[in-house]
Amino acid sequence: MNAAEYLFLFAGMGLVTYLPRALPLLYLSHKKMPQWLVDWLGFIPVAVLSALLAPLLFVDSGTDTITLGKLEFLIAIPTLIFALKTRSLGGTVLIGMLLYWLAGLFL
Amino acid sequence: MSSNTYSREDIGPALHAAWPICLGYFPIGLALGVLAEQAGIPWWAMAMMSILVFAGSAQFICVAMLAAGSSIAAIIGATFIINFRHALMSSALALYLNNIRRSFLALFAYGITDESFAVNMARFRAGNWNRFQALIVNHLANSVWIIATVSGVLTGQFIPAGALGIDFALIGMFICLLVFQLHSRIHIITAIMAACIACTWALFVPGDSYIVGASMGAATGGFFLNRKRNT
Repeated sequence: MNAAEYLFLFAGMGLVTYLPRALPLLYLSHKKMPQWLVDWLGFIPVAVLSALLAPLLFVDSGTDTITLGKLEFLIAIPTLIFALKTRSLGGTVLIGMLLYWLAGLFL
Repeated sequence: MSSNTYSREDIGPALHAAWPICLGYFPIGLALGVLAEQAGIPWWAMAMMSILVFAGSAQFICVAMLAAGSSIAAIIGATFIINFRHALMSSALALYLNNIRRSFLALFAYGITDESFAVNMARFRAGNWNRFQALIVNHLANSVWIIATVSGVLTGQFIPAGALGIDFALIGMFICLLVFQLHSRIHIITAIMAACIACTWALFVPGDSYIVGASMGAATGGFFLNRKRNT
């Protein structure tokens, strides 16, 4: 692809990425939201993060099954305990990567 | 809740909040750059993509689709579907960014990612956080992302696949960000519901629709449990 084609592609991707990020905020920021919406949105962060994480730990994309045997899940257990104890994002990322790397070397 | 003046004292806590995201983004961005290099994408195109799009998972899929020879329309369509989840995050951020001028919101919205969203929401909820600090977090994360992805293209041939647990960086980040959101028993139940729905959905429906579907489904479940408890 040449520069113009790349620019066209990435501008298109940028637009469809930006609009969902911007429009709800621009609209809702100047509205008085009903209480039920405020309450519902309060559960969105925990729901989104769990929905992003769980399939990475439990779905085996090779066999299309749910399993408790993925290395990602086994390493996630000590990583989760570390996160609960320390509440340190940087430490959790480092510990998780270290354990995963070591497990890959020895297993 | 959010002060209207920006002060120098905002910078320190914002850096403190942002560095773990940057730490996670660096290896992930590097890994993306390495794949892009293998797919024949030049460094300047990677820079252009990281500036215009700034969305990790969509960029990974774009590189894979380019390598497979997909059409531009198909790649843009896939990007829209994957990134639509940010509409939920953008809505939730409106809880803490009410009556802010639109130019600020337009700039802020550019940097809403899974990670910056989770960090900023946890801080806003704790109360000692303002919109300028949130903006700094977004843009620091973006800067590191651009540098990391371009570095990955330039140094691609020197980095072996899977080195140093790079593949776990995103999972580690999600785990701790999830911990930050477990405010009550109902939040924990909501997380379990989201996990069950997402895994089942991901198994039966191809693509990434499970993210938005499971998020909305579980949030609705949490909402009704909460309402039942309060009546």
